[in-house]
Amino acid sequence: MNSNPTALRLDVRNLSTFFDTDEGLIRSVADVSFSIRPGKTTALVGESGSGKSVTSLSLMRLLSRTDSTQASGQALFTNRAGETLDLLALPEPAMRRIRGNEIAMIFQEPMTSLNPVFTVGEQIAESVRLHLGLDRTAALAHALRMLELVEIPAAAQRLHEYPHQLSGGMRQRVMIALAMACNPTLLIADEPTTALDVTIQAQILELMRRLQLETGMSILFITHNLGVVAHHADDVAVMYAGRIVESAPVRALFASPRHPYTQGLLACLPAQQRKRELANGETRGKRRLYAIRGQVSSPLAPPPGCAFEPRCDHALAACKEAMPALEPAGPQRAARCILVSEAAPVVTETA
Amino acid sequence: MSAPLIEVKNLRRYFGAPAKPVRAVDDVSFSIQPGETLGLVGESGSGKSTIGRTLLRLIESTSGQVLYRGEDLGSASSSRMRALRSKLQMIFQDPYASLNPKMRVKDILGEALQVHGLAKGRKAREARIAELLELVGLRAEHASRYPHEFSGGQRQRIGVARALAVEPEFIVADEPLSALDVSIQAQVVNLLCDLRDRLSLTMLFISHDLDVVEYLCDRVVVLYLGRVMEVAPTAELFARPLHPYSQALLAASPKPDPDPEQKSEHIALTGDIPSPVNPPSGCVFRTRCPHVIDDCASTRPELRDMGQGRFKACIRDDIALVATT
Repeated sequence: MNSNPTALRLDVRNLSTFFDTDEGLIRSVADVSFSIRPGKTTALVGESGSGKSVTSLSLMRLLSRTDSTQASGQALFTNRAGETLDLLALPEPAMRRIRGNEIAMIFQEPMTSLNPVFTVGEQIAESVRLHLGLDRTAALAHALRMLELVEIPAAAQRLHEYPHQLSGGMRQRVMIALAMACNPTLLIADEPTTALDVTIQAQILELMRRLQLETGMSILFITHNLGVVAHHADDVAVMYAGRIVESAPVRALFASPRHPYTQGLLACLPAQQRKRELANGETRGKRRLYAIRGQVSSPLAPPPGCAFEPRCDHALAACKEAMPALEPAGPQRAARCILVSEAAPVVTETA
Repeated sequence: MSAPLIEVKNLRRYFGAPAKPVRAVDDVSFSIQPGETLGLVGESGSGKSTIGRTLLRLIESTSGQVLYRGEDLGSASSSRMRALRSKLQMIFQDPYASLNPKMRVKDILGEALQVHGLAKGRKAREARIAELLELVGLRAEHASRYPHEFSGGQRQRIGVARALAVEPEFIVADEPLSALDVSIQAQVVNLLCDLRDRLSLTMLFISHDLDVVEYLCDRVVVLYLGRVMEVAPTAELFARPLHPYSQALLAASPKPDPDPEQKSEHIALTGDIPSPVNPPSGCVFRTRCPHVIDDCASTRPELRDMGQGRFKACIRDDIALVATT
């Protein structure tokens, strides 16, 4: 353990998670490296099966042992005291002290992640009794303050209600109250608004933004929604087939995506198409949407070279030979593509 | 203007005990012109899917009428309805749940042909199935596979092929993209656009994704708690929403563009959607509306013609709404 006041909140290096299944070894997450700055939000973006959730569960060490998982790499987390710990190497009791305390997590589906047989107050109180050592009365009072913090109306009454008595938006607020109860320094949010309606999503995102400003916590935001990323992330890491294919600050990523997959992902959004039409003075919907052809290859039979090569419009013969490395591609940017790394020197000259 | 292909008049669908019904769809009227794609947008519980299903009589309406080429579907006999169903088809949201896992693709498509007496004879049927698969971007040899052998996007293509098998005029597409990944959504949107143009289909496109609606639809109906808030041509709605709810809905949908000038102006709605068992009196949106006045509680706003094909159900004309997207 060493002290480092200017450290990154979380520095993930070469994280790989394999599942040993009957059909063979599945590389769910391979060689994933990214970082989260203190007080900032890093978004992990990708489609289903890209390894976003397995990444977050690996970091929290929440994958069950019965899955015969093999995780390797480092996840250097800097705690409140300024000590840097490797989450993947900590003994389980030390990890248990961090989970729900220094690092909290909220999930996509608030109905299945809250316990249906306890009141919301009891569930929040349980975590603060465990981590902060408060007695029952003080813990319930703390739970009430947490419900007020997340702007739940009539919090004193809601404290004694069960999850089924709350709406989806209210349940997600309770999840956030639960996560915030021990004042975490890192919040991992795995698709926190995907199950919610847009007007409720806007409320929850606004709440998360406010809490981040007030507490200075870092957020790892896992989502497939590029609109949410654009407005709520500082840095973005794009995943494809278990690997990070591009990472960049949010404005730079949307302004000039480097990896062909990121380019395709942005180009295929109807809103981007509409923007192009407006810019060119064209009428609505006359142009086809750009579509990335084909589909993700099976994790049991990955292509020999770049995972995106079979769907890539710019693929060369060399793309079939080896998986490209994640290489620097401009200031604070990296991309996993041989076309980008060839162009990278030009970018650094002009920068 | 030509005669509408589909006309919905004062449609109501209540569920549960008549004394205290869930008002899923409450007095909804709109029409769809031949060749038009009408978008139906709203949040969960707004009645989108119930309207879609009631339109095709997959569930019966409580009151009101649905007219197809002037014929009242509600009073059609079951044999007449079966014949009409070849003209009125549906594409479902979940491509995993809407295909029978025990049937091969050729049987899924073949059943639709058989029921409606189309492509009789084994050879004709096989040729038609191959043709349908190619129409939706699959290959003829896929016919002998089972649904589990396909990805989500491919399954949705099979769902589209099944709807098209009977040569329909009108298709209800109920959230056909929401189970699909972004890169696959674009493929299916392009497919729907191509087919609509090639087969001159009329479509009711139900979605909560406003970006796709803006791209795909000619006109849009905005629903809230089972009632119509606003009807407008797509470009006009997105440029200048007239109803406070439409405005809030557009503002709440984050655009994939991190420009700072768009970041601050959120008109976040407070509170939750009220229960459809006990909707607010007067305007159902008043409990969350930033422009609410006393009269909103006492008056049920009618859908008023605002000119240029625009309608809104809001008593206030004195508020200036700007598009924030």
